[in-house]
Amino acid sequence: MTLYERRRVGNVIALTLSWIATAVGLVILFLILWTLLRRGFTAIGPGFFTQMTPPPGSRGGLANAIYGSLVMTAVATLVGTPVGVLTGTYLAEFGRGSRVAPIVRFVNDILLSAPSIIIGLFVYELMVVRMGHFSAWAGSVALAIIVVPVVVRTTEDMLRLVPGSLREAAIALGAPQWKVTVSVIYRAALQGMLTGVMLAVARIAGETAPLLFTALNNQFWSTNMNGPMANLPYVIFQFALSPYADWQQLAWGGALLITFTILLLNILARFLAGWSNRTP
Amino acid sequence: MSEFTVTADSPRPPTLPRPVARPREPATATQTTPKVVIKDVHFFYKKYEALKGISLALQDKRVTAFIGPSGCGKSTLLRILNRIYELYPGQRATGEVLVDGRNILEPGQDLNLLRAKIGMVFQKPTPFPMSIYDNIAFGIRLYEKLSPGELEARVEEALHRAALWDEVKDKLRQSGLSLSGGQQQRLCIARAIAVKPEILLLDEPASALDPISTQRVEELIAELKSDYCIALVTHNMQQAARSSDFTAFMYLGELVEFSDTETIFTHPKERRTEDYITGRFG
Repeated sequence: MTLYERRRVGNVIALTLSWIATAVGLVILFLILWTLLRRGFTAIGPGFFTQMTPPPGSRGGLANAIYGSLVMTAVATLVGTPVGVLTGTYLAEFGRGSRVAPIVRFVNDILLSAPSIIIGLFVYELMVVRMGHFSAWAGSVALAIIVVPVVVRTTEDMLRLVPGSLREAAIALGAPQWKVTVSVIYRAALQGMLTGVMLAVARIAGETAPLLFTALNNQFWSTNMNGPMANLPYVIFQFALSPYADWQQLAWGGALLITFTILLLNILARFLAGWSNRTP
Repeated sequence: MSEFTVTADSPRPPTLPRPVARPREPATATQTTPKVVIKDVHFFYKKYEALKGISLALQDKRVTAFIGPSGCGKSTLLRILNRIYELYPGQRATGEVLVDGRNILEPGQDLNLLRAKIGMVFQKPTPFPMSIYDNIAFGIRLYEKLSPGELEARVEEALHRAALWDEVKDKLRQSGLSLSGGQQQRLCIARAIAVKPEILLLDEPASALDPISTQRVEELIAELKSDYCIALVTHNMQQAARSSDFTAFMYLGELVEFSDTETIFTHPKERRTEDYITGRFG
């Protein structure tokens, strides 16, 4: 066999293996989506969005869990995004050349990869134990702690993509640095930063572990942030493990809802990122 | 262009036609006032000495061109004049730069005010990601509180002066990024002059532009010099000859020769200057 033929055979083998790997990944993904659709779609009826989580054996929906998930995700995003954006801004703009910035970046990377159950336990100790009860506030804080490192990372990356010539041009006009950052650099990086926030939302929308120890669950409609609150991931966890067929059915519906919401958010983030890449 | 003439009585056969300065009123010391006086300026990128003791004066209402091969330190010198090098750690300048008699290299300067007084245009056009109108208004709003009407008038005036008004007057709300390269550069010049600076630093403002845009920018420089002290860094010797009153030739971080443009391009004293402007190196 000549060298050329050996390379051709190697090429074919490598290509085949990567095709198989890709196919396996995609098949599994579509199997999950298909199963979710098939089993969950029937659960989504008229009462799904309006009725409370039922006791076993009676009809109901996931209204309280959907509400709780929306509220806690929103609060966590509202709290976590400013912290993340400001930290990312410090790392990319103000802390350049400082000794603190690399440490902050390193700690943030650790937080980014910290298991979410640890964060749940941390907030449990920090808030639940001291307050004496589970609460939606504690759940929101736990989710916010997950939002922060994601947003810090994407904000810093996006700000670093803004060419230095733009900074120089604004500073040469006599603009103070905060003004340059807010009026010029943020504008240039806005879409990328929004993408980062979207990804963070997608990430926390499906988190169960941090809520186990913090918001817990609530079988009833509750808008009280100071008490336990229902949420989709926990309800899915509880209902899917139960022996009751109607609960299992609702869990499928909830899983479908969460998965497609996250899928939608990811597609939206992709769209935003593509849009931002087109502007020079 | 008709300015490239080879005379039969050249002392040596030139390798390239030597650019000839446009005839003009001779600029003598009695007519001009120094606006910026640079005294023994050294510049360091970490340990590397990029400027080795530069001394010269920039005259008010005149264009001073800086020429020299890449890496000779001409852009570095320009970046000292508004202290923009300070954005980067490890860059350091020593010596004195007197602007209206005040040494701007001394600590304790309000750098933002200094930079508002000294406009800068860069090699690559750098429109901000906002509308054409806001690109100009951005700098004005920093230091002046104007009524919407006054602001509009100032924006229009700046665009007129930069010879851009007719091309953009119907699309002031469109993004500055939607303009062509030459238009973007004139937008940047308009932005720089809108804040009414006293000194303009032009760092190869036409090197990324096509010949027609270049011509427009050069016409603009000629037009603006009645009001500003202009420092022009350029790779293009014809441009230096056409546009400037004084020319400084720099080489390897040193100021080799500095004189009025006509002298530099017709009777350079230094052999290195002669070699560079005739294209023997660089």
